[in-house]
Amino acid sequence: MINNITLGQYVPGNSVLHRLDPRTKIIWTAALMVAIFMVDSWNEYVMMGSFTLILLLISGVPVKQTLRGIKPLVFILLLTALLNIFFVEGTVIFRIGPVKATYEGLISAVKLFLRLVMLVTTASLMTLTTTPMSMTDGIEKLLKPFGRIGVPSHEIAMMMSIALRFIPTLLEEAQRIMKAQSSRGADFDTGNIFQRLKSFIPVLIPLFVSAFKRADELAEAMESRCYRGGEGRTRLKTINFTRLDLMASLFVIVFLMLMFGYRFIF
Amino acid sequence: MNEMIRIDNVSYEYRTQAESYLYDRAVDGVTANIMQGEFVVILGRNGSGKSTLARLLNALLIPVEGAIYVDGMDTKDGELTWHIRKNVGLVFQNPDNQIVSTTVEEDVAFGPENLGLPQEIIRERVDASLKLVDMMDYAQHSPHMLSGGQKQRIAIAGILAMEPKCIVLDEATSMLDPQGRKDVMSILHKLNKEKGITIVLITHHMSEATYADRAIIMQEGRILLEGTPRSIFERIETVRSAGLDVPKITDLADRLKKRGFSINGLPITRSEMVSALKNIIKYKDVTPFVKKRQQINLNNSSHAKDIITVKDLNYVYMPGTTYEKEALKNINLSIKEGEIFGIIGHTGSGKSTLVQHFNGILKPTSGNIEVDGQPITGKNLKELRKKVGLIFQYPEQQLFEETVYKDITFGLQRMNFSEAEIKERVLQVIDLLDLSPELLDKSPFELSGGQKRRVAIAGVLIMKPKVLVLDEPTAGLDPSGSREVFNILTELNKKEGTTIVLISHSMDDIAEYCHRVAVMNNGELVMCDTVENVFLKSEQISTMGLDIPQITELFNTLAQDINGLPQPVLTVESAVEVLDNLINQTGGGSL
Repeated sequence: MINNITLGQYVPGNSVLHRLDPRTKIIWTAALMVAIFMVDSWNEYVMMGSFTLILLLISGVPVKQTLRGIKPLVFILLLTALLNIFFVEGTVIFRIGPVKATYEGLISAVKLFLRLVMLVTTASLMTLTTTPMSMTDGIEKLLKPFGRIGVPSHEIAMMMSIALRFIPTLLEEAQRIMKAQSSRGADFDTGNIFQRLKSFIPVLIPLFVSAFKRADELAEAMESRCYRGGEGRTRLKTINFTRLDLMASLFVIVFLMLMFGYRFIF
Repeated sequence: MNEMIRIDNVSYEYRTQAESYLYDRAVDGVTANIMQGEFVVILGRNGSGKSTLARLLNALLIPVEGAIYVDGMDTKDGELTWHIRKNVGLVFQNPDNQIVSTTVEEDVAFGPENLGLPQEIIRERVDASLKLVDMMDYAQHSPHMLSGGQKQRIAIAGILAMEPKCIVLDEATSMLDPQGRKDVMSILHKLNKEKGITIVLITHHMSEATYADRAIIMQEGRILLEGTPRSIFERIETVRSAGLDVPKITDLADRLKKRGFSINGLPITRSEMVSALKNIIKYKDVTPFVKKRQQINLNNSSHAKDIITVKDLNYVYMPGTTYEKEALKNINLSIKEGEIFGIIGHTGSGKSTLVQHFNGILKPTSGNIEVDGQPITGKNLKELRKKVGLIFQYPEQQLFEETVYKDITFGLQRMNFSEAEIKERVLQVIDLLDLSPELLDKSPFELSGGQKRRVAIAGVLIMKPKVLVLDEPTAGLDPSGSREVFNILTELNKKEGTTIVLISHSMDDIAEYCHRVAVMNNGELVMCDTVENVFLKSEQISTMGLDIPQITELFNTLAQDINGLPQPVLTVESAVEVLDNLINQTGGGSL
C-alpha cells in the first residue's frame, strides 16, 4: 500500500533545483506545464523534451525514481495513445474490421504520449526536489496577498502540512486494522463490488474514530506548545528569493521566449 | 526553594453526556505544592484523574473550583495563558499525536516559532534541545520512521526548546518498550539534576517513582497518599487498593519480613535489598545448603504434541522497494499444545511479523508453517482463523459495531452458526471475561478502557480458538488491569487447555506466566527454551536491549558475592521459597 504512493516523494539532495525558493519552483513549473500544452511541431517537442531532460539531470534525482512516478500512469498513457491511433482520421495503415489505424493517428498518439510524460516529469521534478514543509511554506507565501479577500493562507498551509505528516501514520493504521479485522473473520477479497465496499466498514469506522481522536490530541499538543495561529509566528527556515532564483527565472524566461518567439518570427 | 506550582483545593468535572446535567468529577478537591527543581511522580490507575490534573497544570483546562498558580500566575487569567504554557510544557501519552511537522528539527522548532523568536535563536535552541535528548543525528529524519521512544524524546526536545521551568509528562512512557522507557527516564533525571527543571511525571509504573523526590497517589480524583517514595512503598496494602503495585524488590522484602526475616526498614532499590540479604545470609558459599532444584513441571509438555510448527521461515518485507527488509531469517520453532509460550525481543525484532504468520495474515516468502498437523495453504484460511485467534496490540481500536453484542459476534456471524448457539457462546465468553450482561446493548465506545480491551478480546475468544496469540495484551493498562487480563489467560489455559502465545515487553510477566520463551533479535530466533534456561543467560539477554526480571537481576547481583546460589530465580514466590530453604538449611540461626 505504502509503496504505491512514492509518486513525487521528496528525494534529499543539494542540486540547484533543491536550493531554489519553492515559490520559484511552483510558478515556473506551472508556466512550463502550460508551455508543454502549447508545443506542437516536432522542433518544439525536441526543444521542450531536451529542456525537461536537462532539468532532470540537474536535479540529480535518479532517473529510475522519476520513471517510477510515471509507472502508475502507464495504463492511462497507453489507453489515450491507442484511442488516438484508431480514432484520428487520415491515411489508413491497416484495418481490423470497422476499426482503422491511421498514420496521422499514430503521430498524434506519439505526440500525446510524449506530452504527458513531459508533464508528469516536470510536475514530479518539483515535488522530488522540494520538502513538503517548504512546499507548504511556498504556498502560504504565494497565497498571502489573497488574505485581503479572505483566503486563510496560514491555515491552508498548516492543514496541508499536518495532512502530509499524518498520511503515513494513517496508512499504517489502516493496514493494521485490516489485518486485525481479517483475524476476526472479515473478508475483503470476495463478493461483488457492493459486498466488498460494505466489508470495508469495519476498517473505516475504527479508522475515523482514531483519526478524530488523533486530531483532538494533536490540537491539545499544539495549544500546549503555544500555537495560536499564524499571527506573530516566526520560522526556523525562511524561504528567500535569492540571486539563484533570479537566474533560474531568467533562464526559464529566455528558454520560453526562444521557443515560442521562434514561432512568431518564422 | 521557590514554589513552582500551587494547587489550591482544585476540582474539575466533565459533563458525562452532551445534553445531560450529570457531571463526572474527575478531580475532586486536590491541594498540593510542587517546588522548583523537584521531581514529583503522580501515580494512579486509569481514570483516577491524573491526566485531568496534568491538563489543569498548563491551563489546557481551567479548574471549576479552586485555583492553580504557576510561578505565581493564576491559570484562570486568560492573559497569562501563553506565559503559563511556555513555562509548563506538557508531553502526552501517544508519541504520534503530538508531532506536528514532517522533519524532526522542524517539529522541535514548532514551539519557539509560535513564541515568535528570531530565527538564529530558534536554530540555537533546536540544536541544544536535540543534543540534550541525544537525537542530533536524527535532525533531518521524518518522525514516522522513528521508534516510540525516539518520538517521545523528540516531543521532550520540542518542549525544551521553549525553555520551560517545568515539564509535565502524562503517561509519556506507557506506550514505550523497555529500552525507550529507560532512555526517557534517564533524560528526565538528567534534565532535573543538571538543568534544574521541575519534573512532574504521571504514570502507573511504580518503579518509575523509586528515584523521585516525592510521590503522590491519586484515587477517584483525590490524593490518597503523598510523601517520599519510601514512605509510600511501605504502605503496600493501600497502594494495592488503589489498583497499583509496588516494585518486586519491595514486595519480596515485605514478604520476607512477614516470615520473620530480620530486614531493617524497607529496601526499595536493588542495592539496598542486596545488602539486606547479605546481612541475613552470612556465608560466602552456600553450595552445601542448596537443595537440588526440582525441575518445573511443564504441564507434561515434553509429551504434548506440537500445535504450531515453523520450518525454515523467511519473510521479506516489501521486496523490490527501497523499504525492503529481511524481517524474518530462517526461523525454526514449535509450540506445544497446552503451553503458555512467550516471545520476547526488542521493537522491530520480528515478533509481530512472526505471529502474523500463525493465522495466515502474512504469507511466508519461503518456508512452511503447520498448525494442528495441517500445513497453511491459501484455501483453509477461514478454518485456520477459527483455530488460531490473533489479538493485536491495542485491540480496542478495532471496535466498530453499534452494540457490544454485535461487535463480539462479528466473526461468528460470518460462520453459519445458529442464533441460539451464538447467544450461548456470548454468555460464556462474557462470563469468562468478567463483563456484565448489561453491557451487551451498550455502544462499545461508551465503555472504559479496560472494558473495551476485554470486549475486543471476547470477539476473538468467542471463536473458541485452540491457540490464542496476543501481541502485548496489557500495553497501556494499569497494574490491576493487567493482572485481570493475565488471570483470564491462565484460567483459559488451565480450564480449556488453550495454547497461549504471548508477546510481551514485561520480563516480569513472562517470567511469571510463561513455560517456554522464544527470544528474537533482528529477525533471527536466538533462543527457544524454558523460561529458566533463557534467563540463565541474562547477560546475553541484556545485550539485546531487553530487560531481566527484577528478581533475577537481584539474585545475579547477589551471586557476585555469594557462591552456590540457585540460578535463575525468576519470581517473588520462588525467591521466597529459595531464601526460606536456604535459611532453614543454614540452621536459621542468623534470623
